[in-house]
Amino acid sequence: MISAPDVVAFTREEELEDELYSEPPLPEEYSVPLFPFASHGANPWAKVASSKFTRDFILISEFSEQVGPQPLLTIPDDTKVSGTFDLNYFSLRIMSVDYQASFVGHPPGSAYPKLNFVEDSKVVLGDSKEGAFAYVHHLTLYDLEARGFVRPFCMAYISADEHKIMQQFQELSAEFSKASECLKTGNRKAFANELEKKLKDLDYTRTVLHNETEIQKKANDKGYYTTQAIEKANELASVEKSIIEHQDLLKQIRSYPYRKLKESDFHPYEPERALDQANAACDQDLTTSDLAEPGETHLYAHVPSYTPKLIKAKSAKCFDKKLKTLEELCDIYFFTQTLDQLQQIERTFRGDMCYLLTDQISRALLKQQSVTNFLFEDASFLDEKPPEKQYRGCQGLSQDAIDRKCLEEFPAPKVIISLGSYKSSVECVPIKMEQEIEDSQEPKMTESITFEHQENLDYLDADIKGSISSGESIEVLGTEKSASGLTKSESQASLPISPSPQVVRSKVGSRRTVSEDSIEVLSTCPSESLIPEDFKASYPSAINEEPYVDDEEGGLHFASKLNLDNTDEQGDISKQENLVQVDSACCIGKESPNFLEPLPDLGQKPCDEDGVVRIPPQPYRQAEQGLRGSFGGFPSRDGISGGLLPYELDSRYLTGSREVSKSSLDECSDSTSYISSAASTCSDRTPSPAHPACQESERHKKKAGQNALRFIRQYPFAHPAIYSLLSGRTLIVLGEEEAIVKKLVTALSIFVPNCGIYAKPVKHWVTSPLHVVDFQKWKLIGLQRMVSPAGVNVLHALSRYSRYVSILDADSKTLRCPLYKGTLVSRLADHRTQIKRGSTYYMHVQSILTQLCSKAFLFTFCHHLHLPISEREPEESVVNRRMNFLKLQLGLANEDIKIVQHLAELLKMQYIQEPGQGVNPLLRFDYVPSFLYKI
Amino acid sequence: KSSVQTIGEEQIQNPYTELLVLKGHQDIVRFLVQIDDYRFASAGDDGIIFLWNAQTGEKLFELYGHTHKITAIAPFSSSDTSEEQTHLILTASADRTVIVWDCTSGRQVQKVSCFHSTVKCLTVLQRLDVWLSGGSDLCVWNRKLDLLCKTSHLTDAGISALVELPRNCVAAAVGKELIIFRLMTSNDGSEGWNILEVKRLVDHQDNILSLVSVNDLTFVTGSHVGELIVWDALDWTKQASECNFWDSSVHPDVQPEIKLSQSRNETSVQHLTSDEECVFAAVGKGIYVYNLQMRRVIACQRTAHDSSVLHIEKLPNRQLISCSEDGSVRIWELREKQQLPAEPVPTGFFNMWGFGRANRQASQAAKKMQENTPMYFLELVGDLIGHSSAVQMFLYFGELGLATCSADHLIILWKDGERESRLRSLTLFQKLAQNGDLQIR
Repeated sequence: MISAPDVVAFTREEELEDELYSEPPLPEEYSVPLFPFASHGANPWAKVASSKFTRDFILISEFSEQVGPQPLLTIPDDTKVSGTFDLNYFSLRIMSVDYQASFVGHPPGSAYPKLNFVEDSKVVLGDSKEGAFAYVHHLTLYDLEARGFVRPFCMAYISADEHKIMQQFQELSAEFSKASECLKTGNRKAFANELEKKLKDLDYTRTVLHNETEIQKKANDKGYYTTQAIEKANELASVEKSIIEHQDLLKQIRSYPYRKLKESDFHPYEPERALDQANAACDQDLTTSDLAEPGETHLYAHVPSYTPKLIKAKSAKCFDKKLKTLEELCDIYFFTQTLDQLQQIERTFRGDMCYLLTDQISRALLKQQSVTNFLFEDASFLDEKPPEKQYRGCQGLSQDAIDRKCLEEFPAPKVIISLGSYKSSVECVPIKMEQEIEDSQEPKMTESITFEHQENLDYLDADIKGSISSGESIEVLGTEKSASGLTKSESQASLPISPSPQVVRSKVGSRRTVSEDSIEVLSTCPSESLIPEDFKASYPSAINEEPYVDDEEGGLHFASKLNLDNTDEQGDISKQENLVQVDSACCIGKESPNFLEPLPDLGQKPCDEDGVVRIPPQPYRQAEQGLRGSFGGFPSRDGISGGLLPYELDSRYLTGSREVSKSSLDECSDSTSYISSAASTCSDRTPSPAHPACQESERHKKKAGQNALRFIRQYPFAHPAIYSLLSGRTLIVLGEEEAIVKKLVTALSIFVPNCGIYAKPVKHWVTSPLHVVDFQKWKLIGLQRMVSPAGVNVLHALSRYSRYVSILDADSKTLRCPLYKGTLVSRLADHRTQIKRGSTYYMHVQSILTQLCSKAFLFTFCHHLHLPISEREPEESVVNRRMNFLKLQLGLANEDIKIVQHLAELLKMQYIQEPGQGVNPLLRFDYVPSFLYKI
Repeated sequence: KSSVQTIGEEQIQNPYTELLVLKGHQDIVRFLVQIDDYRFASAGDDGIIFLWNAQTGEKLFELYGHTHKITAIAPFSSSDTSEEQTHLILTASADRTVIVWDCTSGRQVQKVSCFHSTVKCLTVLQRLDVWLSGGSDLCVWNRKLDLLCKTSHLTDAGISALVELPRNCVAAAVGKELIIFRLMTSNDGSEGWNILEVKRLVDHQDNILSLVSVNDLTFVTGSHVGELIVWDALDWTKQASECNFWDSSVHPDVQPEIKLSQSRNETSVQHLTSDEECVFAAVGKGIYVYNLQMRRVIACQRTAHDSSVLHIEKLPNRQLISCSEDGSVRIWELREKQQLPAEPVPTGFFNMWGFGRANRQASQAAKKMQENTPMYFLELVGDLIGHSSAVQMFLYFGELGLATCSADHLIILWKDGERESRLRSLTLFQKLAQNGDLQIR
């Protein structure tokens, strides 16, 4: 990606500007057309110019009772990551905002110390001096030796990109909450262990003391107690008190899960990976049996035998003892789990903001395509559950908003608007995908292809200046509520009146404080403001709450301005959009009420006279428009090309990419460029960490894309081979060497449409003779060629079933398959393509396949293409209509028709499949002659 | 090289472009029997009977009850007994039992196990509402599975085939003999039947393998040595016979073949089928069309398959389907020859290869048969390759397609892809309407 922040960090604003103005401009006809605001010298990366670190990272810090705030570890664990960035300083900053003075100890009126089960707090911090913005997640861990038994920690996601932090707040919060819950679960376990050990120690000590006292009693028969004896007795008494105290603590810590379960938004940490037995048992106890009998659990029963020690009467001085490390504080299993999760978070979010957003948008959009998305999308992705379900407490606003937008009538550009500042960057997504080839460190390149609104930039400048002027200030730019605040003001800006009660409430809820020590908390969590008072009591607020003042408007200035911009551009539609946004803003923390409600004005559409029925199987406006355009009198071509077949756009995108990649051929190379390293690419596209399989699939995609690129360059007959796969004819890759065959199979697998939502019908390696059942099940098979007699059988079976298969011989480099004369595959697999990277090519393929899917969808769901209009209409006229549609309306030629027909059959089968029974695998075939292709 | 005609990959007239493999059997599947318009049963050497939906390929029931392989199966439906039609099937097995199954519930209705030998054939006389089982003797049963009457012990080898004839008669093939039995109401009881042997026909030289009733007036038998005899169904006299299938001299339209390679097996009449005009015989590897009126073979395909043809059936549209031990199913069309009678060019150029050597006999025969009768030939219009072993039998379901069963334990449903696609669209739009997705929202 061009916009990876690690690269961006090198682009200084001044340098860039110098270069821009020093060079004489190219003559108009040679220059790459600049984006609209580029002439102003807009540099979208200026905002990160001052950051001292090269990439996003996660910092874990502790407010040590001995040494104060200190950084513990960073993820990734690499000193290069933080660079010159002062971790100590930043730790101080982030820890100092922990205003939840967790009260632990002897509360008045209570005989025993009470453990306080403190909620985590989540804030966003900005340090403009350091150029760092952070999502900070505070949590406390229990430590028997610590003051008040608690140790305050925080995990911070630190990025140079403020907007990433702000806009991904919900996602970050959700992920960090998960990690935190994991860590705390492990900590509770460790704490209980520690308590048990301590109890044993105390018990032992008591016994020893008791014995000693007895001995002393016996030894002295004088009838009075020596001071020694009295001391011993006191000691004994204090030990006994201590035992009672510790027992109480143990009870408290054990009752924690039960107490928490009563609260609706508590989600006990459930490890996703395989657990060893003991842990599994433990965890189960945590979640289930505790609910039943909280008092007497064998919760932490799996404690290894422990030999008690004698506890000295006077413990060591507070500052002499070494405090436990974070690792010691937590059960080792949970600790490593947490680290894994944090790493996953880092991988997920480290890409550029626009990449994250694009990914989220495309995910959300893909989810909407419930009819066709099974064909070429990952099964793992489709199984994914929306995060909202798991974290109702902190519902993802942006995700939610996206979902809603998609369900509304608006196609993609609308979605982008709702995402505010990233409108522009998302709009040029196709170019960016190509851009991935590039080394985006070259500033001009970046400059030429990306731009941001001037207003946007102005705002940023102002903001940065402002904070610089405030000296060493930390700005808490916003917490959870900030998102809602943002939308609120947006709506106010574009809509004069929108005094819905929710808005008012959110306003009231979003208090902020201006403290004297230049710590500004711009807003606080909405969840906090929405939760009942008694609940809130557990967060003692150390900071005065004051109503909003102008600062907030300053902070939101940008958003509203941008929105006005949009309003200009979009006209009336954006008004509606804004209405929707108000809604979404109000619904934070609730289940969105109008999630699936269609807009009323879409309902009434007169049926066309010519008897054409428009069938929108899902309430997408887009699809429906397409249907309408293509049916309401066939001539309306633009309806199709505009709505459905963005050929023009596509070709532009392709040529653009070609130019772009040519120009920077020298600078870029897959291996050297930092951002193109495997890990980075993967992570950029890595979905949420809840799905560890996805990363694997990302890697697979990249590999497959690379192999596919190689394949289409190496084999001149790649087109008929791909055609075979797309038209559902099984392709067999025959070869002696497993590695070569498997590589080819992996490469070709990206062209194989799925038959259901399960795994791809791809078999990488087979050694036994094939049977007709195999062709029914697998559409791409790697087959071993053997010289042995068994091999003869294999080949015999192949020749027998040759009508069902295409055979790609990897050894002799030949292909035996039907002729292909269509045009579709040549766009999909151009051997002169300038695409260099596997993942880019993969995305290219995906985009074309998605287009193909939309055609297949259209074809499948047009009633009269398959069924007669009137009862007396002969079948031939339906067939004619069908062919006309395929040829003229969908613009398909020759064999391309078969591809769409095959996909349509798959769609039909998927749609009519009854949920209970599995799909009966069909083998569809044609009686067409095959030809032998040679290199 | 092989003399078998091949059609290549382009088969325009072959409608079967979709197949569905039905798995379930664990041994050779030998029998397919149609139950009603959309259901069929399959049975074989594993002793299990499966009921299938011919449209969807759905397995409806698995019927367990026999311990040995199935030797005969017959549908036994009745519409007259009650208002709703009951579909039963009878199955006979090598475990010397016959079981009656209810196809609607998939339950075993009754089991008869008093046989002294394996029942090799079952015939239902719908008109009399009785069924017959043929083993070493012939038994007559009514619907309630009461034994009405039986013949004395006929032969150890048992009855190999049974066919119903007019006037309450049955023809049974017992070895080389054809025995005609007549069922008569007994004098004493109303339910009582007697079975009497009426006539024994000993015209065949070898075991009778196939027996088919053409119409009310004629039936045809075929034997292991390639004799085909047409009988009068009323007076059981021989109307015509054809016994020289292997002899190329009889067939003017076929280039003569050297007789050296002819073994008995290759001339045995494996299966017979007929329509009103013709009898179609599967003889060895070939298919022969015998015209009843002209009393001669009007068309043939001497090597229709690579090995023995096991089953043959006539479709309504002048097409013929054959299946063979070579694992393939072929579709033929009976066409009138376009050539002038003066040019004795062999049918189908394909037969020219490998049949190069003419002999004296052939040329004579060719001259002799220069009559100006319309000539026909069998054109291969399609082949279905799916099974990896001998295709034992097939069942033509008309529009629904074709079910084939094979020694590779599989049943394959061959379907017309176009039609299926249309049907799926129909279902799709029905489901759309059902889900309410058709409403414009």
